[in-house]
Amino acid sequence: MQTISENLTYNRAGQRVVSPDYLLFEAPRTKHFMTGSEAVKEAVKRASVDASVSYPITPQSEAAHLIGELWVEGYVGVYFRGESEFGVMSEIAGCAMAGARTITTTSGPGTLRAFENFPMWAGTRIPVQLVLMARGVNSPLSIQPDNLEVSFLLDTGCMIWYAENAQDLFDMILAGFTVAEQPDVHVPVVTVVDGFFVSHTREAIMLPPDDIALPPYNPYKAPMPVIDAEVPPGRFLRDPFVMKSNYISYATHASWQWEVRSAIERSRPYAKHYLRGLVEEFGDPSAELVFVACGTAAAQAKEAVRLLEDEGIRARVVKLKTIRPFPIEELKQLVKGAKYIFVPEFNVVGWLEREVRRYLYGVSEAEVIGAPRVAGGMTMPAEVIVKEVLKLTGKEVKHVL
Amino acid sequence: MSYKIYEINEDLLDVMPQEIRDLQFRATWSNPKRGVMDLPYSKELIEEHSLCAGCPESMALRYILASLPAPEDTIIINSTGCTSLVFPHIALHTVHSLFGNQNAVASGIKRVLEWRFPDKVKDVVVLAGDGATVDIGLDCTLQSFFRQEKITTICFDNEVYANTGGQESGLTVKGHVFKMAPKGKQWEKVPFWQIAIDSGCHYVARLTVSSPKRVETVIKKAIYVAREVGPTYVHLYTPCILEIGLNSDDGLDEMRQRDKERFAFFEYVSEPAKEVIERKKEEGLL
Repeated sequence: MQTISENLTYNRAGQRVVSPDYLLFEAPRTKHFMTGSEAVKEAVKRASVDASVSYPITPQSEAAHLIGELWVEGYVGVYFRGESEFGVMSEIAGCAMAGARTITTTSGPGTLRAFENFPMWAGTRIPVQLVLMARGVNSPLSIQPDNLEVSFLLDTGCMIWYAENAQDLFDMILAGFTVAEQPDVHVPVVTVVDGFFVSHTREAIMLPPDDIALPPYNPYKAPMPVIDAEVPPGRFLRDPFVMKSNYISYATHASWQWEVRSAIERSRPYAKHYLRGLVEEFGDPSAELVFVACGTAAAQAKEAVRLLEDEGIRARVVKLKTIRPFPIEELKQLVKGAKYIFVPEFNVVGWLEREVRRYLYGVSEAEVIGAPRVAGGMTMPAEVIVKEVLKLTGKEVKHVL
Repeated sequence: MSYKIYEINEDLLDVMPQEIRDLQFRATWSNPKRGVMDLPYSKELIEEHSLCAGCPESMALRYILASLPAPEDTIIINSTGCTSLVFPHIALHTVHSLFGNQNAVASGIKRVLEWRFPDKVKDVVVLAGDGATVDIGLDCTLQSFFRQEKITTICFDNEVYANTGGQESGLTVKGHVFKMAPKGKQWEKVPFWQIAIDSGCHYVARLTVSSPKRVETVIKKAIYVAREVGPTYVHLYTPCILEIGLNSDDGLDEMRQRDKERFAFFEYVSEPAKEVIERKKEEGLL
């Protein structure tokens, strides 16, 4: 007969509750072959998610469909299709205010349609998770991969994490809830992944069993009162600072915004632990040629390092897993000794190059080169990256296009 | 939960402000028969307000808060505008999120509370102005009706964007001259009560707030129907005396005038809503 220890607890879907550390680092994993969208489903399935609201936009639609299937199967508590991304992100906010662990997905123009909500999420201190399958924003219409929208999100007060592949995405979604819900953090997390390249591509991924899940969200640990009429409301009856034009009101609003940014800073130790570092290094640590990249641009840069090795050029990659908080100290350490820093990107503005320059200004002597830069759906073959490097050396090589 | 969340720690009683102590000892809680007749005798759930002297919207807010059948389990969702000046003074759980997303936020809150507390009744009530409800928030308002969200939406129609300084809104009457309509409004007032019916609301009422008792009855019907059936909508005329050039003591007369014309009392009740209302009458709650 099966005996159940009194220490075992189960979530509402009947999965055994395990610690985030066990789920992420210790549970035995088996190999599967799936798309990034399916990896989202597998992560949500193990995340004791209370609520999700969806809206169709390519390329994130499939991930949103699959969360709906989890709702039918009883793994997600509340699920419906909203009226637009603006409505969805507001509905998501309502769900989180009422005490739910909440996730949604969007892409490209949907992100901008929803935009007014993101600073509201941060100011409301709700730990919602947005999986952003980046597609870019432009006119005329394009649905192709591009990550321009991330540039707009950088200063919304949300944490911004960037996954390289389906495995990263799976692990980041689980880590994302865990870090965002820390009482001293408690701000939203945007988990970015490149649309199509990851959402629609099948790859090998290691998954823990699906009968274990994260501990359910406890809204009563939140730094703000949960809107459920089970706890006393925040009361400002006599002299509310909202809408008052006086010094204490301005000071309150200013400190509130600083506090949101401070909360992101306080996420660093948790993110370091659950992501196994805010950065990942690949290649020869002593190489003077460094690629700083995130997402699939980092994957392509790793390929470029291999090609350059064939040409006798030593190079390495510093992959950034978090953009907010930006891994400032890690980057400073890792580019010591660098002479050239290339920042390959999937957008026309070079927002990551701007970030890298900002944080290395006055710190590194290395030349920062914002290249290659592709956009509008163009791919970034490793050879294109190699070609940029060879412009420096003046060398002609067989691999180059 | 219960009004217990309003109980003050005994050790702190003597240092708490009078109005907070009054909320515990003199407000009406856990009594579905509470109503506007309690107003002179009990602590109101709204403290002072920062609206203009004699503002009919302040009257509407006081009557509504006095009429909530279960204030201890009611969530108020506000929007931006004159109503947003009031929400911090309300002693209940209130949310101000963005301008125009109030029905979307309310939908999320209601659905999660139904899921988290399947055995409890939690009323979700939206209080917003005409700009928030019918212009910038039209999409979210109507879509919450289409989805049959079990929430009560109350529109304070003052026929103008008052808080931003008197601009034309979709609910301004044709021909009225306001800012941004310097030649007078070129198109008709939106008959939103009718749109609410066509969009799936089960109880719809249009009225001024000249009669407190009538406001109480309408609010209670709207909340009871929303609990059991689906979306309900209450359209209140709360004139902006400032923007139409009236004095502080003219609000009531203005509403009584309109009671006879474009805000004549109008009520729609769907078949499932009739059953709820009849039952509540039998229970003595209406």
